[in-house]
Amino acid sequence: MSQSTALPGPGPVAVPPPRRGSVYRGVEGMWSWVAHRITGVLTFFFLFAHVLDTSLVRVSPDTYDRIIETYKNPFVNLLEVGLVGAVLFHALNGIRVTLIDFWSKGTRLQRPMLWVVLAVWVVLMVPGVYFMLQHTVRVMFGGAA
Amino acid sequence: MTLTADTGIGALGDPSGPGPAQLPPIPDGAVMVTVTIQRFNPELDEAPHRESYRIPALPTDRILNLLHYIKWYIDGTLTFRRSCAHGICGSDAMRINGRNRLACKVLVKDVITDKKTEVTVEPIKGLPLEKDLLVDMEPFFEAYRKVQPFLITHSNEPSREWIQSPEDRARFDDTTKCILCAACTTSCPVYWSEDAYVGPAAIVNAHRFIFDSRDQGGQERLEILSDAEGVWRCRTTFNCTDACPRGIEVTKAIQEVKRALMFRRI
Repeated sequence: MSQSTALPGPGPVAVPPPRRGSVYRGVEGMWSWVAHRITGVLTFFFLFAHVLDTSLVRVSPDTYDRIIETYKNPFVNLLEVGLVGAVLFHALNGIRVTLIDFWSKGTRLQRPMLWVVLAVWVVLMVPGVYFMLQHTVRVMFGGAA
Repeated sequence: MTLTADTGIGALGDPSGPGPAQLPPIPDGAVMVTVTIQRFNPELDEAPHRESYRIPALPTDRILNLLHYIKWYIDGTLTFRRSCAHGICGSDAMRINGRNRLACKVLVKDVITDKKTEVTVEPIKGLPLEKDLLVDMEPFFEAYRKVQPFLITHSNEPSREWIQSPEDRARFDDTTKCILCAACTTSCPVYWSEDAYVGPAAIVNAHRFIFDSRDQGGQERLEILSDAEGVWRCRTTFNCTDACPRGIEVTKAIQEVKRALMFRRI
């Protein structure tokens, strides 16, 4: 907010823009749910493309090879890292949500469980990203990694 | 910051506001607070807008005191609900700094810091906005009535009283605390987008009777809550548990109803 906060004394008119409804601040659980949805939809779109390209092997192995060849570039490599991150979060948080549903202590421990999910995600992503990007970095920057 | 009488109180940017003579004396230890309120007058405005007010407040004041100050001394058209002002009638649920709270239970010192003396007050989401901080609560109470929130018995009345052990009473103790303020229901992302979802408050009040050993309408209520707009809409975001001014573990209660449905066991 760029509200006038020069206190004391009346300040200039600070008219905030019209708002049709601001975002609810929510708690961690709400944002983990939002992230769960987004990663789920992203994974779905990946699977859609993945089923299409894999089924090309039935058309002809040669076509399949040519399509896969187009994936071998730094941009798709970054998408792969994003995919691994999305699937990993979705899977770990999915375990948390399942425990909230079926474990009687789940609702009370949901917050610590979320921290565990994020910690495991980071611990697995750091080496994951390193090894996934190793090849791209070597090709682009000449053996830097 | 201790204040003198001449502090230019009033709507921000209105230097010709009411003079200090009309205002109550400013107590020692008061600080100037900027209160930003979502205003909406259905007769004049096309859409809600925000207005800011700079007023003195004690750190121990409640947000409700700030609203009173604005209504009584700056702008009498400010509209909001409140009755008891002591956190038990459930009238003044509103969005304070982005989260649903009772205006009579949040203190100024809880929302301001030395650097930031601002507080934002908006109406609760998901219910039809009528004016300023006032929403139409009827859809909320409609969902509440849907779960039959009263004792149902089919057997003969006992000759003396309905006996209940302390353990059986403790089973639903948490959900007896609801004051129907709608803070939980209107904090739920599912409720904002799905009008028909009964919402956390209705489920809490169903839980209060489903798990009551004296009640015999549990199965009927479970049937009601098992339909498409019932408990299965819950996505366990825990906004409701955070919003409840009575400290009810709302999501836990909803999950218990879900498990009662899944395993057909109360």
